Amino acid sequence: MRQINVALVGNPNTGKTSVFNSLTGLNQKVGNYPGITVEKKEGVTKLSRVLKAHIIDLPGTYSLNASSLDENIVIELLLNKNDKDYPNVVVVVSDIENLKRNLLLFTQIKDLGLPTILAINMADRMDRKGISLDIPKLEEQLKTKIALISSRKNTGFDKLKNLIANYKQLSTEACCNASRVDPEYFGNLKKTFPDQNTYKLWLVITQDANFGNLDRNQIKSKTKSFEPKSQSELKRLQQKEIIARYTFINDTLKQTLTKDINAAKGLRASLDRLLMHRIWGYLIFAVILLLIFQVIYDWAAYPMDLIDESFASFSEWTKNTLPAGQFTNLIAEGIIPGIGGIVIFIPQIAFLFLFISILEESGYMSRVVFLTDKIMKKFGLSGKSIVPLVSGTACAIPAVMASRNIENWKERLITILVIPFTTCSARLPVYLIIIALVIPDKSFLGVFNYQGLVLLLLYFIGFGMAVFSAWLLHKVMKTSQKTYFVVEMPNYKVPLPKNVLITVVDKTKSFVFGAGKIILAISIILWVLASYGPNDKFKNAEDIVNTEVKTENLDLTQEELDTKISSYKLRHSYIGYMGKGIEPVVQPLGYDWKIGIAVISSFAAREVFVGTLATIYSVGSENEETIKKRMSKEVNPVFGGKLFNLASGISLLLFYAFAMQCMSTLAVVKRETNTWKWPIFQLVFMTGFAYIVSLIAYQLLK
Amino acid sequence: MSIADLKSGQKATITDISSESIPLKLLEMGCLPGNAVEVIKIAKIKDPLYLNINDTFLAIRLETAKDILVKLIDQ
Repeated sequence: MRQINVALVGNPNTGKTSVFNSLTGLNQKVGNYPGITVEKKEGVTKLSRVLKAHIIDLPGTYSLNASSLDENIVIELLLNKNDKDYPNVVVVVSDIENLKRNLLLFTQIKDLGLPTILAINMADRMDRKGISLDIPKLEEQLKTKIALISSRKNTGFDKLKNLIANYKQLSTEACCNASRVDPEYFGNLKKTFPDQNTYKLWLVITQDANFGNLDRNQIKSKTKSFEPKSQSELKRLQQKEIIARYTFINDTLKQTLTKDINAAKGLRASLDRLLMHRIWGYLIFAVILLLIFQVIYDWAAYPMDLIDESFASFSEWTKNTLPAGQFTNLIAEGIIPGIGGIVIFIPQIAFLFLFISILEESGYMSRVVFLTDKIMKKFGLSGKSIVPLVSGTACAIPAVMASRNIENWKERLITILVIPFTTCSARLPVYLIIIALVIPDKSFLGVFNYQGLVLLLLYFIGFGMAVFSAWLLHKVMKTSQKTYFVVEMPNYKVPLPKNVLITVVDKTKSFVFGAGKIILAISIILWVLASYGPNDKFKNAEDIVNTEVKTENLDLTQEELDTKISSYKLRHSYIGYMGKGIEPVVQPLGYDWKIGIAVISSFAAREVFVGTLATIYSVGSENEETIKKRMSKEVNPVFGGKLFNLASGISLLLFYAFAMQCMSTLAVVKRETNTWKWPIFQLVFMTGFAYIVSLIAYQLLK
Repeated sequence: MSIADLKSGQKATITDISSESIPLKLLEMGCLPGNAVEVIKIAKIKDPLYLNINDTFLAIRLETAKDILVKLIDQ
């Protein structure tokens, strides 16, 4: 079967990803572009019995003048004929209500001489919005074929697929030629590079980015003779280009589009009036957040308990069924609790992404950007920082990347630096288990669960700290760059269940497999370190303990004796010695050496904490119990009493709230800021701060 | 006058952009001389400004709005 490449491009908020989902169904995969962290979505769809289409969903962009890494991807692919994904045909997805603006990008792509189809999405809304279009005339003016589609009603896709399959019949002529902006300059370009598309050259010359196979310096060396262009002149030409394109578009639409203005208003205006109200708007946002966290806490508890118990009994079953030996121990004590430590978080992460994607899809998130800009500006942030900060509650890594659309570098840098303070889902497992251990399961006013409130409070602490340190950075950092802020207010939409579902599945999957790998590896390493010791004390643990019991004439049951032996073993294993080594550092915070090990291994990823304790506690124990039960049984080695009490619990919660414990985030920050300076700053500042706060909390509470 | 001087609900035509450093993105979204702009009447938040420019709904900060000059449309 023959396969062609199709590139989906379009403005943000046009439903491009819904179109992609409708075309490919679940037949898609999400990866990364090589070397950078921009998500690459691709999928396959069958066009006919002999033809398949490999579809790439490119990042949303308003034009081919790239101002971010995401937008560079679009240009890079469209300019590079040698890329294996270079499209045979481009589908520009546009939505009916913003056709005018969407066509800007369309005319630019058309100028590149690529076969281009215009897919007008949300066509089902035309009647309701009082819009009518003269399609044949529009096709003629734009020199293209048009498919009216609706990803909501799932209509028009047969036509679109048909157009894609017959892409060879599409015109490759430009509909609005950029060279009309400065005929002399573009004429010279053409003369110097007769084999190249002139508009392509123009894009390469004007972009800040360098593109793989097209060397800008090489082009510039040849254009020197007629190069009039200082940076500001180039910029003025770019502005003229946009104006020329809009003139063309306005003329075209005047002939082809009619709009009954009376039908246009309605839902947007009334929802805006409520959601963007200067009092109600903020209240509603607060209530939505509160609801989300209550729901995450309450709903996810049931599947989580179930998972915890199933893994415990699965582990026991393995131990009793497989032949006894070190390998069985590795599986039952290392691998299964390790995997359990990952799987248990799936419900919460799925719920969190469910809500975040609903907020984004519905158009509500942009209203929050609007509402918060003025406040955020005072702290050196932008309203747009709210999206990274809220999605930072899922994971700091995509959040750091989501800061790319903040136009101002200083605001963007501050956002990146403070994101790790927001409570990411990796902290959630630590919080949940500690809260369950030290906070009473009672209600306040009969409605709000204390445990849920503490969780919410932790989210506020994280967020407050993010804002406070942003303010500090804002005061310290100086910049002369003028700030600006442009944000589109998209129409309200009922989120498509399919889109939401796909996002939830994607993100959860990438958590399980991304973080999961690290957690599993660490669990195995920990098991090995806990199951072997550097000297004879470990090997002869039973004899030593037995002799000790005899000489001191202790009267112990078999069970007590076993516990004594296994804890002696653990103390003299590799991990025991390592733990003892760091104990002086963590003791003032109220932790024993086991927690110390868990905290240290959390620097690979925070969620490792629970898995680590699960592994350490399960080594050598006979009965398989849930992680929670084991932790509540632990006794403080120095002072006696429960190890996890209010003081040590709060100290741990605060430590996890503030410390920078995620290698992946550090790596992403390095990549996004292009220097090690900022990630190292985060590591030192956040962890140092966490240590001090936890120390104070423990010493006051104990 | 500039967009910053418009009252909510007022419509105007963009006449000029007085700053060299106006972001290209704003132009791409249709903020160009000749196009119509309306300050949307909602909650009394003045900064950022909620605008309808050339049928695109967007928000910009007051300081940027000062750089976009307009002429009021008689109603």
